[in-house]
Amino acid sequence: MSERIFAAKALTKIYTSGEVEVRALRGVDLEVSAGEFVVLLGPSGSGKSTLLNIMGGLDHATSGQLFFKNLELTRLDDRELTAYRRSHVGFVFQFYNLIPSLTARENVALVTEIAEEPMRPEEALALVGLEARMDHFPAQLSGGEQQRVAIARAIAKRPEVLLCDEPTGALDSKTGIIVIEALLSVNSQLGTTTVIITHNASIQDVADRVLFFADGQISRMRKNETRRAAAELSW
Amino acid sequence: MRVLDIKMFRDLRRLWAQALAIALVVAGGVATLLLAVGSHRSLDETRTAYYERYAFADVFAVLRRAPKNLVERLAEIPGVAAVEARIAKLALLDIPNFREPASGQFISLPEFGQPVLNRLYLRAGRLPEPGSLEEVVVNDSFAKAHGFAPGARFAAILNGRKRELVIVGSALSPEFIYTVGPGDIMPDDRRFAIVWMAEKALAAAYDLENAFSSVSLKLLRDASEREVIQHLDALLERHGGRAAYGRKDQTSHAWLDHELDMLNNMSRTLPPIFLLVAAFLVNLTLTRLVALEREQIGLLKALGYPNLTIAAHYLGFVLAIVAVGIAIGSVAGTLLGMYVTTLFGDFFRFPFLVFIRSPDLYVAAAGLSVLAAAVGAIRALREVVALPPAVAMQPPAPARFRHFLSPRLAVKLVSQPMLMMVRNLTRHPVRALFTTLGMALATAILVVSLFVSDTMEQLIDVTYFMADRQDGTISFVEKRPLDVVTQVARLPGVLAVEPYREIPVRIRNGNVERLIMISGRPRDSDLSRIIDVDLRPVRLPESGLAISDMLAQVLGVQAGDLVDIELLEGQRRTVFLQLTALVEDYFGIKGMMDSDALARLMREAPAVNSVNVSLDAAGLDRLYAAVKGMPTVSGMALQRVSLANFRDTVALLVNTMASIYTALAAIIAFGVVYNNARISLSERARELASLRVLGFTQGEVLRILLLELAILTLIAQPPAMAWRGS
Repeated sequence: MSERIFAAKALTKIYTSGEVEVRALRGVDLEVSAGEFVVLLGPSGSGKSTLLNIMGGLDHATSGQLFFKNLELTRLDDRELTAYRRSHVGFVFQFYNLIPSLTARENVALVTEIAEEPMRPEEALALVGLEARMDHFPAQLSGGEQQRVAIARAIAKRPEVLLCDEPTGALDSKTGIIVIEALLSVNSQLGTTTVIITHNASIQDVADRVLFFADGQISRMRKNETRRAAAELSW
Repeated sequence: MRVLDIKMFRDLRRLWAQALAIALVVAGGVATLLLAVGSHRSLDETRTAYYERYAFADVFAVLRRAPKNLVERLAEIPGVAAVEARIAKLALLDIPNFREPASGQFISLPEFGQPVLNRLYLRAGRLPEPGSLEEVVVNDSFAKAHGFAPGARFAAILNGRKRELVIVGSALSPEFIYTVGPGDIMPDDRRFAIVWMAEKALAAAYDLENAFSSVSLKLLRDASEREVIQHLDALLERHGGRAAYGRKDQTSHAWLDHELDMLNNMSRTLPPIFLLVAAFLVNLTLTRLVALEREQIGLLKALGYPNLTIAAHYLGFVLAIVAVGIAIGSVAGTLLGMYVTTLFGDFFRFPFLVFIRSPDLYVAAAGLSVLAAAVGAIRALREVVALPPAVAMQPPAPARFRHFLSPRLAVKLVSQPMLMMVRNLTRHPVRALFTTLGMALATAILVVSLFVSDTMEQLIDVTYFMADRQDGTISFVEKRPLDVVTQVARLPGVLAVEPYREIPVRIRNGNVERLIMISGRPRDSDLSRIIDVDLRPVRLPESGLAISDMLAQVLGVQAGDLVDIELLEGQRRTVFLQLTALVEDYFGIKGMMDSDALARLMREAPAVNSVNVSLDAAGLDRLYAAVKGMPTVSGMALQRVSLANFRDTVALLVNTMASIYTALAAIIAFGVVYNNARISLSERARELASLRVLGFTQGEVLRILLLELAILTLIAQPPAMAWRGS
């Protein structure tokens, strides 16, 4: 068994929005190992994104504990969380979140400028097969290409963890598969621990482990003894 | 270059029109500050240098006649640094090929060289030879107005005798930057001259050998002007001295002060308006930019950029705009400042201009602009910092709106588009308020600049057509008995006559005092009428004093109050007079009394200084010829010429300033309206597009957007009008 990278104990998150109290996470316990490729599945509002946000240091838990290696994330303040994100975490979002006024290369440079031992932006873009379109603006790229730029941007700082929220949600099947391939190759080549949220059940077969979410809890867990290649997927 | 800087420059390029609109408003603030303060400093410094180099005196007095040996006693007055005693007389001029009578202020020059005080700057030619009886130097503007070069000749009636004079030079003097002839209210360079002549010649003409009739004093730095004036008045009283006065009551200096104040006022009113509007526009634009870039901000936070870096990025965006504004404003302000300085410098006929370089002013203008922008940016930057990274990744929740009527009632009373519009306005009350404020400021500036010419016309109407309806005024060298009125009435072309008597007084309330003329008018005067503050002609009460509204404000008095009046002619004494009326007088500050009451106050037989006349246009040439032959006349003012001069002189300055103001108002209005429309459109693009999907026509959608701006513009009008009024 490889090194444990995340450990959550009774992790709880309650949002109050106006008069309504939403219990987004209800005491989640979880461990993730280094280099693991984990898929979170579940309906909207089941708590997947909340967990991912807390793991990524984007949000605070209401109670419970979450460790990144020996670092207790649940005790960090905003400034320390910023530092944590800056050095350890890469994010990929459903709507890519590229800066429209920056080219592909410059969007990646946004990260390499503040990271400690980053790849060159060109290198990261080559990893996702976009070396030919580095000087295009987001508006000149297809959805799949934009998402690959977002992946290049996420991995360029050689993060230990890559967190992806619905990375294929806005893409058609063929483009989605290219994106999943890019994620898998990063996972295998760089050994980056990868956690993916998806609504798309067919992606689960490429993962080491699948966590099923319902009502703010992990309802079920499945380990894939054999992982399928991305090329075999379709939806 | 850092990637965030690249983003900033691309954002600026994308939003260039909005950014430029803000930059121009900032530029307006910087330019007006540099223009007003810069040109004021330059002109003030020029004046100071001019006064110093040409030894402009501090205290002035005229008298009937005093022996030269009194000068030593004057020099011994504590605080006096230098004394210049001379002969000064008003006389009629007869200028070849010029039909109207002109007058000249004759001033003696010492035997050798320049006077100690009030020296001349020779523009052309030389000073008169010491013994010469006919050589004179005239003021440059008079020479220019007639095209006179050294060698030109004209005649003057000195003490009843006509003398041929020859111009040997033209000069400028710090004492006569602004010159007004007797009985006139506006300068007229063709009809009023300053004539410097050798002392011997002038003394011989007026029987003033070894005597003087005018004195100027230069004071030591720490001297008390008031005490020196008291000493001087006491010494001159026996010699027919009229009250001595300081620079603030010296016509030329006081007028120059007033003009410079105008620039100073501009520097106090305009730049704050621009900076306020700039702060608002920065607030509007940056808040919108931050709202639009929520996700990008969230992303930067997710990537590990600290709050400070992100806030600095947006502040940089604002500072780049401000920097452009400061650059444009500095260039425009410097050029406009030089233009206005030169314009005023020519107008004042300064012999030279001192351009003050004011690095501190640029620093202050830049600092204030940055400060205004920073204040405007605070709210948006706080939002940037407060935005949690996770929330930033989701689209913003629908904005909260409020009912302003019960929902059912609203549906019945108001159309849906109207509801959308009103709710949108009430959702951003602060923005709506500031938009209205910005528009109101722009409108006020615009209206003021457009109304300036109207105000001028009203001033002309009141002064020349309601109050002073005479065609001309004939003034005498000294006061004359009442029978002079009959003589004037018999002159050819004179249809009606109306005499008045003027005496100098010091009017005082508490610590505030002013040197003014009280003018005694006949009870039933009809040519020159007195107009009250409601623009109605009034009859003077039998006793008591009427003063102009402006003077009452200066003194802090109201109708009914008692004021101290120190009579400065004849038997000097101080009396209390009741203010019985306030009158409208746009020119100068005057007091008015019934002529009989004034005669009683002066304890003298009714007398006359000037006669207002109504003229028959057909008899003018004969009248002018007759007046030129009257030895007791010091000058004749003509309303027609005075009005033309007024229009010429004032029009140039007023039009220049009005054009500058109009351009500035346009910049503000453009900045506010354009930014507001762009932001409104960007915020509601989706909403408005949805309306199109629902079947609204383009026109209907446009109407919602325009109606909102129209309403804000409309709301801005009453405050704009109120400001204009004040």
